[in-house]
Amino acid sequence: MNSANISLKPEISSSLDWGKIRADFPILQLKIDGKPLIYLDNAASSQMPQQVIDRLVRYQTTQHANINRAVHYLSEVATLEYHNARCKLQQFINAREDREVIFTSGTTDSINLVMHGYGRKFIKAGDEIILTTLEHHSNIVPWQMLAEEKGAKIRVVPINDKGELEVDKYEKLFNERTKFVGLIHVSNALGTINPIKSMIDFAHRYSVPVLIDGAQAAPHIPIDVQALDCDFYAFSAHKLCGPTGVGILYGKATLLEAMQPFKGGGDMISSVTFEKTTYNTIPHKFEAGTPPIAAAIGFGAAVEYLTAIGIECIAAYEFDLLEYATERLSEMPGVRIIGTAAEKTAVISFTIAGVHPHDVGTILNQDGIAVRTGHHCAQPIMQRFNVPATSRASFAFYNKKSEVDALVAGIKTVQKIFL
Amino acid sequence: MMHTNSLYQEVILDHNRKPRNYGKLDHANHHAVGHNPLCGDRLDITLQLDNDQINNIAFQGESCAICKASASMMTAAVKGKSRADAETLIHEFRELATGKLDINQPNHLGRLTVFSGIRDLPTRVKCAILPWHTLHAALNSLSNASTEESSESASPIPNKHLV
Repeated sequence: MNSANISLKPEISSSLDWGKIRADFPILQLKIDGKPLIYLDNAASSQMPQQVIDRLVRYQTTQHANINRAVHYLSEVATLEYHNARCKLQQFINAREDREVIFTSGTTDSINLVMHGYGRKFIKAGDEIILTTLEHHSNIVPWQMLAEEKGAKIRVVPINDKGELEVDKYEKLFNERTKFVGLIHVSNALGTINPIKSMIDFAHRYSVPVLIDGAQAAPHIPIDVQALDCDFYAFSAHKLCGPTGVGILYGKATLLEAMQPFKGGGDMISSVTFEKTTYNTIPHKFEAGTPPIAAAIGFGAAVEYLTAIGIECIAAYEFDLLEYATERLSEMPGVRIIGTAAEKTAVISFTIAGVHPHDVGTILNQDGIAVRTGHHCAQPIMQRFNVPATSRASFAFYNKKSEVDALVAGIKTVQKIFL
Repeated sequence: MMHTNSLYQEVILDHNRKPRNYGKLDHANHHAVGHNPLCGDRLDITLQLDNDQINNIAFQGESCAICKASASMMTAAVKGKSRADAETLIHEFRELATGKLDINQPNHLGRLTVFSGIRDLPTRVKCAILPWHTLHAALNSLSNASTEESSESASPIPNKHLV
């Protein structure tokens, strides 16, 4: 996906009533110390529209019971609604089959599932795992744990000064020992959209499976796992207008079937004796215990909500916001934008000369502006740019240009205080 | 909610701009490194302790304005003081930052009470306390201090794999 694709439907995007869409989000009416909330921390977690809140209430007030167990009415309704949610996620990412969609507790859990289920079974001493400098800690640490346990080796794809992956160097890392690739689709710290399709194709030439961390991509650009031909794709609901505590792992059925279970417990078995346990079929093999039923159903409602607006329209609208914000911040003296890739989602990481990001965050908060400050769980990126931390404004489709203006004014206040 | 400007007062901004006792002592006999793993702030404190008196102290590091100003004002406050007086200040400052100290009651903090507003910013309390943690570690010959250890109590900070 790139900006050329993103601007496919600008005319549709501009015909939507974005003010009305914004009104779907009750939390955006909040005042912080008397100032309207300006929520620019969407890459950390997005807000929830009334439609999804209502769905959670409806489930909890009229449909809740445990699933896959009892024969009573509520259990059947809850089981059906949970299954429907899985099917909505399947459609959202265009997976071939619903059993290829596993509910997890979130992206981190999904990646750990692949590490335990695939990595611990198939990665051996001397094997190599390719990761990139842009990875979130959640797609680094599990693989380091595996590498330590197995005696495998991590190879890292570098980035250039704009925060783009050096794809030619990625390709040079491959050899007969390469057994796995973990790749972030969109950088949470910089917004860089990686050319994952060509990178997946290249890995497949060596028959190496590829896991895509899509936590920052799924809310902002259309995902088609069949077109991408990725082997695994992971993301969380709460960055996508859904509830916390749930996410999915997409995996190709053949791979999921070959993998070992991650967690043992109820629902993931077909029979248990003390001599031997037989595991259930996918996706159940990977969903031990009572899943987050309400959250999964809310997740289904969230992707339905986003699909009704159209992810392509969302992408076009957000791209317009990004262009505006980049222009405004670029012309501010003392402000340095970290991450200037040609293909980006609406994330702007920046530093202000002479001011630590935590002071920036505290002072912006005084104007009701919520940004994230820190290393964004991506310390290798901070090291690459030689900064301890950045401030990050990350936008969603319910943000507006006047909020970019407020951010610019807030940054001026910071600079005035620290003059 | 407090107004942040009452925290970013001129005295704090001044100490951030021109930190006192900034650097590293060549002949220190006590030394500790403080680290806030949540934000990456890192502080290095060296001091000369003779007969339980802090004859000289210096700090350096990479941190936000709150942390740097707190460190600067701390070094100015404890220089020339006895170890016991420094420990009293450490205790009182921690109580101040965590909102447990009644600043109307007698205390030894003096101008350090400009940090009283930090109690309303829970995410920033650790920034202000880190230098004091580190001083405590240095005085007690612990090489490392972390904001993720015993931030509430004045008990010795264990020298574990914190940094």
